[in-house]
Amino acid sequence: MTKHRLFWPAAVLLALLLANVAFNHDFFAIRVKEGHLYGSLIDILQFGAPLVLVALGMSLVIATRGIDLSVGSTVAISGALACEHIATSASPAALSTVLEAVGISLVVALVLGLINGLLVARLDVQPIIATLMLMVAGRGVAQLITDGQILTVSSAPYKLIGGGYWLTIPFAVILAAVLVALTGLLTRRTALGLLIESVGGNPTASRLVGIRATGLLTLVYVFSALCAAVAGLMISSNVSSADGNNAGLWIELDAILAVVIGGGALTGGRFSLGGTVLGALIIQTLTTSVYSMGIPPETTLVFKALVVIAVCLVQSSAFRAKVNLRRPSSRPPLNPGRARNVEKHEVGA
Amino acid sequence: MPKKVVSAVAAGLLAASFLTACSADSTGGGDGRLVLGFAQVGAESGWRTANTKSVRESAEEAKVTLKFSDAQQKQENQIKAIRSFIQQRVDVIAFSPVVESGWDTVLKEAKNAKIPVVLTDRAIDSKDTSLYTTFLGSDFVEEGKKAGDWLTKEYEGKDGTVNIVELQGTTGSAPANDRRAGFAQAVKGDPKFKVVASQTGDFTRAKGKEVMQAFLKSQPDIDVLYAHNDDMALGAIQAIEEAGKKPGTDIKIISVDGIKDAFQAMADGKINVVVECNPLLGDQLMDLAKKVSKGESVPARVKVDEGVFTQEQAAAALPDRKY
Repeated sequence: MTKHRLFWPAAVLLALLLANVAFNHDFFAIRVKEGHLYGSLIDILQFGAPLVLVALGMSLVIATRGIDLSVGSTVAISGALACEHIATSASPAALSTVLEAVGISLVVALVLGLINGLLVARLDVQPIIATLMLMVAGRGVAQLITDGQILTVSSAPYKLIGGGYWLTIPFAVILAAVLVALTGLLTRRTALGLLIESVGGNPTASRLVGIRATGLLTLVYVFSALCAAVAGLMISSNVSSADGNNAGLWIELDAILAVVIGGGALTGGRFSLGGTVLGALIIQTLTTSVYSMGIPPETTLVFKALVVIAVCLVQSSAFRAKVNLRRPSSRPPLNPGRARNVEKHEVGA
Repeated sequence: MPKKVVSAVAAGLLAASFLTACSADSTGGGDGRLVLGFAQVGAESGWRTANTKSVRESAEEAKVTLKFSDAQQKQENQIKAIRSFIQQRVDVIAFSPVVESGWDTVLKEAKNAKIPVVLTDRAIDSKDTSLYTTFLGSDFVEEGKKAGDWLTKEYEGKDGTVNIVELQGTTGSAPANDRRAGFAQAVKGDPKFKVVASQTGDFTRAKGKEVMQAFLKSQPDIDVLYAHNDDMALGAIQAIEEAGKKPGTDIKIISVDGIKDAFQAMADGKINVVVECNPLLGDQLMDLAKKVSKGESVPARVKVDEGVFTQEQAAAALPDRKY
């Protein structure tokens, strides 16, 4: 069972959750309050939903050997656009206004993703540079839209996206789950996932077999921007306000981390949507644990760093092999020559 | 013909530069107006925008000629602006430093040019206090104390522990450190006040809500929330409501800053008290500028006038809130 590639991320998530129970015995309790589900696990899912989405887009980008640093700015821009539209409209509570706002955000995100995609695919700009431009400039754009202020909106339909409930379940969780499932179907039930992986794994070989990388690359950057835009709507809707300075700040790094924890390789050619979702949930659980365990803010970053290092080490097969070798009782002693052969064989496999 | 135009323009410019030079030489200038060079940080928040507006309006009222520069959050822009103020020989330079350090050189230039410098809102980290005349700004420790004082008064004569949760500002920032210290100082006299949980909410609504949700689950009994700024309090209010409790009643809320949204929440009964952190320091700045330009002695630290607003005052004060 430990061979399954999702085993270690899942084990880490479980360990984190159990550690929380030690501090707070009610941690797993889920009740119904105010007509919706209420509990720490629900919080983790609800606050984790935007990160899951951003990481979802990121994992496809990383699979093509790229990276998208601009998602945080896209999050801020999309929230700012939607709130600006709702705040200035005559009827902020009308469903049509909210749909317009969502539409505007998605269309703008589509354009932003196209710019990233074309820079990378057509103009051959390094992904980290191409998306860095929007990362830096985008936050300025978001502040321009909101005039540097925090925009507060009061609109029930808008509130639903990130802070509302549907059939007692947070709507954001449903939305994220549906989008993850759709992406899974599209990439794994068709050849799309394979094509994306081959472009990242070996660009030359995939060009020689006739895969059109340009379109695929553009597609993943557009997809990443759209995911970020939906995440931005969730984040701003959750607090009914748009904050150009802080919304989605550093979420790109969390998303990259989620992909890596989930077993994606930064060198491209491989992605696992399940792993990415687990990775994002691990990060959110970690954040929630910090709050509920009462870890002092001054040491929060150290605590997070230690957990992340542990997660990465536990997933490294080379590290696990070393640890296992040091424990002679768990394995019969091998003669040195044979041990080397075994190692080689494992690496080769 | 073009030559004539050029020389005419040059003459005009020359005359203009003489005029400005003259007006700066005799303090106050030909029309007797004081010239104040003000280098602002930028326009990053509603608070800052209100701050700028206050300085501009007060300058107009006090008949002070204001030379305004916006540094867009960059120190080099601010240093450039101060240098240009020195070249224009303004009477007084005032600025809100973007960062704490790295001001010695440019402030020495100002000192050599005998132009007094007033710091507003933020302090600088320099051993040489002769580089500036005075610092006009909020006292964050005092704000924390006021928050604590309100709480001790509210629970005066009542028995039983008061469980407090605290939403701190950005870890390590001066307002977060000082507001925390001031509050702790005010409530430490009475052992019934217990801060049961304290976490950073990064001064943002989203984090304020997220942290409060976790607090509500890990702390079975919360009586009071103390938030280091209004945005975190506004986020926390949503978390409290979603947990089926009434903010302001079931959990009393103390907040700092005094933005319009917080006053609205206070008028709705969701925040109990707001300690003001006042950006409207224009009038005080003009007073100080006039005094230092005349060479009158001023205290090295001037505090901005700040109030404490409770629910009863909120509704009345709401229409006048400028930020």
